[in-house]
Amino acid sequence: MNFVRNSASAILASSLIAATAQAQISNNEIRIGYLADMSGTYRDLSGPGGLEALKMAVEDFGGTVDGRKIVLFNADDLNKPDVGANTVRQWIDERNVDMVTGLVASSVVLAASKVVEQGGKLALISGAAASSLTNEHCSPNHIHWTYDTFALANGTANAVLKDGGKSWYILTADYAFGHSMETDIKKVVQAEGGSVVGAVRHPFPSSDFSSYILQAQGSGADVIALANAGADTVNSLKTASEFGVTQSGQRLAGMVVFLNDIHAMGLDVTQGLMLTTGWYWDMNEETRAWAERYQKRVGSKPTMVHAGIYSATTHYLNAVKQTGSDDTATVRAQMAKTPVNDMFAKDGRIREDGRMVHDMYLVKVKTPAESKGEWDLYQMVRTIPGNEAFRPLAESQCKLVAKN
Amino acid sequence: MSSQESVAAVPLAVRANVERERRRAATRRRQLFYLALLGLALLAPLAIYPVFLMKLLCFALFACAFNLLLGYAGLLSFGHAAFFACGGYITGHMLSTYSGLSTELGILAGTLASTLLGLIFGLLAIRRQGIYFAMITLALAQMVFFVFVQAPFTGGENGLQGVPRGHLFGLIDMQNNLALYYVVLAVFVFGFAVIQRTIHSPYGQVLKAIRENEPRAVSLGYNVDAHKLLAFVISSALAGLAGATKTVVFQLASLTDAHWHMSGEVILMTLLGGVGTLLGPLVGATVVVTLQSSLSNGPLGEWVHVILGVIFVLCVLLFRSGIVGWLERLVKRNFK
Repeated sequence: MNFVRNSASAILASSLIAATAQAQISNNEIRIGYLADMSGTYRDLSGPGGLEALKMAVEDFGGTVDGRKIVLFNADDLNKPDVGANTVRQWIDERNVDMVTGLVASSVVLAASKVVEQGGKLALISGAAASSLTNEHCSPNHIHWTYDTFALANGTANAVLKDGGKSWYILTADYAFGHSMETDIKKVVQAEGGSVVGAVRHPFPSSDFSSYILQAQGSGADVIALANAGADTVNSLKTASEFGVTQSGQRLAGMVVFLNDIHAMGLDVTQGLMLTTGWYWDMNEETRAWAERYQKRVGSKPTMVHAGIYSATTHYLNAVKQTGSDDTATVRAQMAKTPVNDMFAKDGRIREDGRMVHDMYLVKVKTPAESKGEWDLYQMVRTIPGNEAFRPLAESQCKLVAKN
Repeated sequence: MSSQESVAAVPLAVRANVERERRRAATRRRQLFYLALLGLALLAPLAIYPVFLMKLLCFALFACAFNLLLGYAGLLSFGHAAFFACGGYITGHMLSTYSGLSTELGILAGTLASTLLGLIFGLLAIRRQGIYFAMITLALAQMVFFVFVQAPFTGGENGLQGVPRGHLFGLIDMQNNLALYYVVLAVFVFGFAVIQRTIHSPYGQVLKAIRENEPRAVSLGYNVDAHKLLAFVISSALAGLAGATKTVVFQLASLTDAHWHMSGEVILMTLLGGVGTLLGPLVGATVVVTLQSSLSNGPLGEWVHVILGVIFVLCVLLFRSGIVGWLERLVKRNFK
């Protein structure tokens, strides 16, 4: 009987919490949680740098919104979904956190976003790639800010096709992420009149790519697309460079490649690679100024994920300021109403499926001769307008989209 | 001659009596200790976040299951993650596919699947000993990992998300953390009792004999393979039970559970706590899970792996029988 009484008191307690949430600013504080990989594979992509970016956004508000203190919590998800989900659950249950940001590894984010949805809070996802977050897993409680797999595959494939790369060979990581990317690439290539001459699947993760690269090289295709990520992309690029793939006239198209990857591999290996990014530090005065500020604190140039965290948090805090509330639905509505205009995006807008639509950029990695500094890595090729870049709502399976 | 015998017999009988009395007192003390522990566990959620406690119990059960094999049968399995994950995935799949399935049936399905998997693994692996046994279990576990990466129902690297917790016996809503905590506690106590019973049964004695000297156990006429297989199956069933419960708690099953890191982590927990002691895995799991979660929230977050590594090295160098083994020795030296 003990636990019946306990559960009764818990239900009472949770209804009390729900009642207080209707007050304007819960707990008289705006509480933000930063969940990211701080120690593993995605450390450079997000990690401690993302926390700095978040702090920069908070400092721009002077640490308060209308006299209400902004409180930060941060945790390492260790790239484990159970750790991530548990942390977020604890933040929501015990500390009544209003918003969670960072959110990198797709598996962790999918798990954490379910918890956020159950708790009725808001997640601003900057790090994760999975486009399913705004498709079959969409919810009114999260916004996908920076990029997604669809935009990257779509952007790069389209641009390379227009640039004359007609026949394609796809190197795919043999798991769900790779498969869906392969499908996306094939769709784009075939729609634009190109042809896929072959594809090879490599186990995930892999370290020896020589046989796959040789097959790709032997296929005679114009373009070799890398439908993999992280260490797999790095290893395939290194192998391709050893076999002189680009020198022999074939082009490489990386699908999920970040600034820190290029910086780590060096221009010798990566030169000529076409890729899509959501943001680059050297685009205009505004981005350069912000990147400079960031670099002073962290020691490296920010990736698009870092910029996305800053942008999302700023937009969120602005919405809190305008509405005078940290209630999820109110803030979410306000965020969707105002266009995103900052150093990250111009006229960005948040769709009903939770996708933040903004321009993406097609870039080409510079040759060592073209590069003028350690971080001078990309050459702008084309701006991909937001409505071309992301999955159109007409193809969406999201339950929040009107037609569904 | 006869008088000598009777002289010797009297003190023997007395000694036996004293011995029996001492044992009875020890049993009473142990029972009191377990009762106190249970009381503590019943009250714990009032002070500590229940989901964290549930995680702890799941990992503790997993480590206890592993300890049954390593500590009492002397079999080092390097593939226990496979059972943990199998329990988790099957339960997750059942609960999300068949809505309205009650929680305990979901957990039961996962446990049964792990038991079956354990039987298959066991039949193959117990044919070899030592490092070869470990390598076979590792290889089989990697195969299972591959299946979970590829199989359509697992969601690949994204894992199974948003698994409904369901209703216990179709009645009590498990969405309430506190109610679920007592269910998880009951599951853990059940698992722990099974292990306790196994170890202290004649069967457990034979297991220990096999661990100490296998050829001698064979020469005494025991069917060593059957004994080892049974231990393996019990251990994998309980590991599956732990995984299944964990899926219900977190509402997700992911590849992390199936990765060989998880097999390594459970070895770490068991060795840290004290292999071959009943409470060791519980203590080890508590230490590892607490460290992981407290470090990941703190400024030392980036150093989790380094700190755990250092602790492990220190433990192996300084107290090789683990925390509980070391405490037991300390108690024995000073109080007996």
